[in-house]
Amino acid sequence: MSTAIADIHDAPAEPAVNYLNASYGIRSWLLTFDHKRIGLLYLASITVMFVVGGVAATLMRLHLVEPQGALFEPETYNKMFSTHGIIMVFFFLVPSIPATLGNFLIPLMIGARDVAFPKLNLMSWYIFITGAALALYGTISGGVDTGWTFYPPFSSLYSGTHVVAVALGIFIAGFSSILTGLNFLVTIHKMRAPGMTWFRLPLFIWALYATSLIFVLGTPVIAITLFLLGLERLLHVGIFDPAVGGDPLLFQHLFWFYSHPAVYIMILPGMGVISELVTAFSRKKIFGYSFVAFSSLSIAVISFIVWGHHMFVTGQSVYAGLVFSVLSFLVAIPSAVKVFNWTATLYRGSISYEAPMLYALGFIGLFTIGGLTGLFLASLATDVHLNGTYFIVAHFHYIMVGGAVMAYLGGIHFWWPKISGRMYPDMWARISAAIIFLGFNLTFFPQFMLGYLGMPRRYAVYPAEFQVLNVLSSAGASILGIGYVIPIIYLAWSMRYGPVAGPNPWKAKGLEWTIPSPPPTENFEEIPIVTEEAYNYPAIEAHDYPDAPGVARV
Amino acid sequence: MIDLPTAFQLLAATVPFQPPAASSISGDVDRLYLLLSGITAFFTVLIFSIIFVFMVKFRRRKDDETPVSTHTPLIVELTWTIIPSLICAVLFVWSAALYVQNGRPPASSTEIFVIGKQWMWHLQHPEGPREINELHVPVGVPIKLTMTSQDVIHDFYVPAFRIKKDVLPGRFTSLWFQATETGTYHLFCAQYCGTNHSEMIGWVYVMTPTDYANWLAGGEKSESLAQLGERLFSQYGCDSCHVAEGNGQAPSLVGVYGKPERLQNGETRVVDESLIEQAILTPNSVHLPNYKPVMPTYQGQIDQDQMLQLIAYVKSLGSEERNGR
Amino acid sequence: MSELAVHSAHPPGFAHQFETVEQQREAGHLGMWIFLATEILFFGGMFTAYVVYRSLHLPSFILGSHELLVRFGATNTAVLICSSLTMALAIRTAQTGGSKGTIIFWLLATMVLGAAFLGIKLRYEWYRDWVEGLIPGVSWLGGGTHTPGVKMFMCFYFFMTGLHALHMVVGLGILTVLVIMTARNRFSPEYYAPLEISGLYWHFVDIVWIFLFPLLYLIGGRYPGS
Repeated sequence: MSTAIADIHDAPAEPAVNYLNASYGIRSWLLTFDHKRIGLLYLASITVMFVVGGVAATLMRLHLVEPQGALFEPETYNKMFSTHGIIMVFFFLVPSIPATLGNFLIPLMIGARDVAFPKLNLMSWYIFITGAALALYGTISGGVDTGWTFYPPFSSLYSGTHVVAVALGIFIAGFSSILTGLNFLVTIHKMRAPGMTWFRLPLFIWALYATSLIFVLGTPVIAITLFLLGLERLLHVGIFDPAVGGDPLLFQHLFWFYSHPAVYIMILPGMGVISELVTAFSRKKIFGYSFVAFSSLSIAVISFIVWGHHMFVTGQSVYAGLVFSVLSFLVAIPSAVKVFNWTATLYRGSISYEAPMLYALGFIGLFTIGGLTGLFLASLATDVHLNGTYFIVAHFHYIMVGGAVMAYLGGIHFWWPKISGRMYPDMWARISAAIIFLGFNLTFFPQFMLGYLGMPRRYAVYPAEFQVLNVLSSAGASILGIGYVIPIIYLAWSMRYGPVAGPNPWKAKGLEWTIPSPPPTENFEEIPIVTEEAYNYPAIEAHDYPDAPGVARV
Repeated sequence: MIDLPTAFQLLAATVPFQPPAASSISGDVDRLYLLLSGITAFFTVLIFSIIFVFMVKFRRRKDDETPVSTHTPLIVELTWTIIPSLICAVLFVWSAALYVQNGRPPASSTEIFVIGKQWMWHLQHPEGPREINELHVPVGVPIKLTMTSQDVIHDFYVPAFRIKKDVLPGRFTSLWFQATETGTYHLFCAQYCGTNHSEMIGWVYVMTPTDYANWLAGGEKSESLAQLGERLFSQYGCDSCHVAEGNGQAPSLVGVYGKPERLQNGETRVVDESLIEQAILTPNSVHLPNYKPVMPTYQGQIDQDQMLQLIAYVKSLGSEERNGR
Repeated sequence: MSELAVHSAHPPGFAHQFETVEQQREAGHLGMWIFLATEILFFGGMFTAYVVYRSLHLPSFILGSHELLVRFGATNTAVLICSSLTMALAIRTAQTGGSKGTIIFWLLATMVLGAAFLGIKLRYEWYRDWVEGLIPGVSWLGGGTHTPGVKMFMCFYFFMTGLHALHMVVGLGILTVLVIMTARNRFSPEYYAPLEISGLYWHFVDIVWIFLFPLLYLIGGRYPGS
């Protein structure tokens, strides 16, 4: 039973003036300093990039229904998977939740009027689309075939594709990340409303804080790495060429020093969203607040010292392998703690099943599987067999798609009424969530099996005995694709035809729900003074009311 | 009508769940994999079930109901932090032990050389036969693969043996295995290396010792790697300076393999495959004190196959003396 | 902080996302420190690669380092340290309410020293390297005694000093903006945060050079027989 919309007689009215209609015209959007509008600019750009990356994935899966490849020559397939990885990692997942929901919500959740540096915020967006445009140009004019990992000597000396253009696009977009992270860190440190102490902050803020630490400390290293690779390609000076004294493994160390923390950039904000969704839809304080908060921080810290687990089979020393393996096991623990805390939050809650909650529950399940399969890879002896196979592909897609993308969709659906002032049709939203969940599992579970059987990744053609599992995977991908298209339709529809939402359709706690939907440009008429802890949902002590009616069951 | 066991059998026939287990370590790796799968299944089912039960039991019945509060006892948090940590510790130790053990080839291993290049595998047996994209080995004999790449990074992967190692230009990596079942097994390249990465595949043929001996003896008569190397050593003029008796312009190479040498720049390095290759390609970087740096470079003149033959020859020098031949 | 106090007297430059001037000042400072942390990681990646190759090819790095002219490197080090002094003096002048003319003088002095640094680099070092064929990928007369390691050293020399020089150029741009702002009376003893923050950036660029100089110019010593 949906309780989202109040009785028609109490139908809320949309505020006359809000951030969406405060000024009109394309210039007012392209030159805005309002964090909410900038969040929407990002939403539009990354949706475009998601579609590009998604089309590449669809074509890949269609190609792979036949062992000899159904659609492309190997060279084209190689460009497809490279494009898919580059676009999805750098231009969709990394910015997704932080740049859209983070930009929109951080000032609202902490009680501020905007981020610390609004002009820098707009500049971040322009830097992002410049990088994205350059990467798209590289893709359209022939693409790259190096994989998103750009390993030399192949990418520096052998590949005849537009490596420099695409690498430059990523390099530029990296500065967008750095500046966004910087903005968020200063905002959270310095602009909290009076009374909003660190331990009263919503967990979404803790998650974005931890993410921003990785943004500012990790991204510069990929920047310099791609810079060196670009110079190597242009000048042929041998930085990574063994024939003249260089070391291709140095590239891998530098690359993964960023790219491993980067995967935590992609998942931590999602975890923050889940904390918000689970509390809102159980109407209950989170179980273990400080444990969840500190686990976000510890994930961010430990993420910087595990990169070597991507290199267990490169011939690095056994000791290095042992160290990275034990640290990789260690980084799994805080994530497990979060899963347990979210589950425990449901206990004695008052749970409803609107679409955001379905996405949240789906996340918890799929992230559990994805995270546990990470243990197979932290474990040295099994990683030797599984590295470079579809097991890896399945592992990270369970986390990135089953995890991060579902959290992103859950967050979009949860805060959509705040962003747009309208509600979307919940039935369609739930149907899409179910389609996505089913399509996702059908796509990626067979890939675990393919990996264990030995099918390597990045293969344009494969031995016939792997066909059945590949066909299952491709069937799932087509279902998954449909699941992604439906929300775009009804969310767009809702902006014009959806019922007015009112300030707090979910009856959730949080400063963002105390202001109108959509919010006014300056967010708060008066900066609030915070006196209660986060998620301060009403609750009764069981021992006070043993028999009273209306009490939730024991 | 098909009953469940038959259906399962049919499914297993269509979709096998694991690759053939054909090496001395396959069983160990599979056991660990099974444990990991069990842990994954256990926690997945646990979480899914608990969520499902809570979803039903605590579903919202009235919009204005007030839930009962719960508190966060520290003991609960500690328990579900410590138990996963213990599980991880066990997994780490088990896996690390297996990994370290699998990393040490037995002393009696037969050494086979592997060169990866875009987009094929060259394999050279010490007795001489060379193969492309195929590897014939006897069952029950430990085999050590010493591998290098001629161009980009590749990866030598035999799923049935559960072994895999990157193959890099400019250096040598190694793997070892002991096949336990005769048969034919996939060989894949598992590190993306360009256009035909997915066609850089082949077969490993594990044969009985008799069949293997026949295979070795049959086919074209070819010289051993060291013999081929000896020919190159003379052909490229190496023997004019590297006189065996040691009175030439360059040091004698008899017995140098495996010994430490002090270089002109002060470093001490053990003479291994990498050093020999470096000496041939960039001689001035490793020349010895008391010798003039006049050795010419052979960069661009010697391909990777020839390089392995020369290395095999140098390795054999002195061992003949030691073996009294 | 009452509404009244907030709206009464806002100095120029106050940004309305903040509630107080103090908050803005602290935010600006924190932002610059975080930015410098990112710069440390940025240069750090390059330094890491340098350290790895130096340990792999030490003799070649020594040879390569001996190709560099210590007298110009040392002069430039002195020039940069002086420029940090003049920058600090500009900030001090603003802090103590000195005249805008004095502030501009010190800012211009910083710019002159910065430009001198770049000029010395370009004319007496890089131009000479170009003529002598020591720029890998651009004009390289290597081969012979210039082993691969020497080429690697020269790569890192140019990449690292080039990246540093790029940061200097950006710094000169920032200083230009500061001069204009000072000329337009934007600063006072109550509000000179842009000067302070830019000063942090300038000092950071100076410190990077202080690491680069010994690492690049002084490998293996300069004494006979070494």
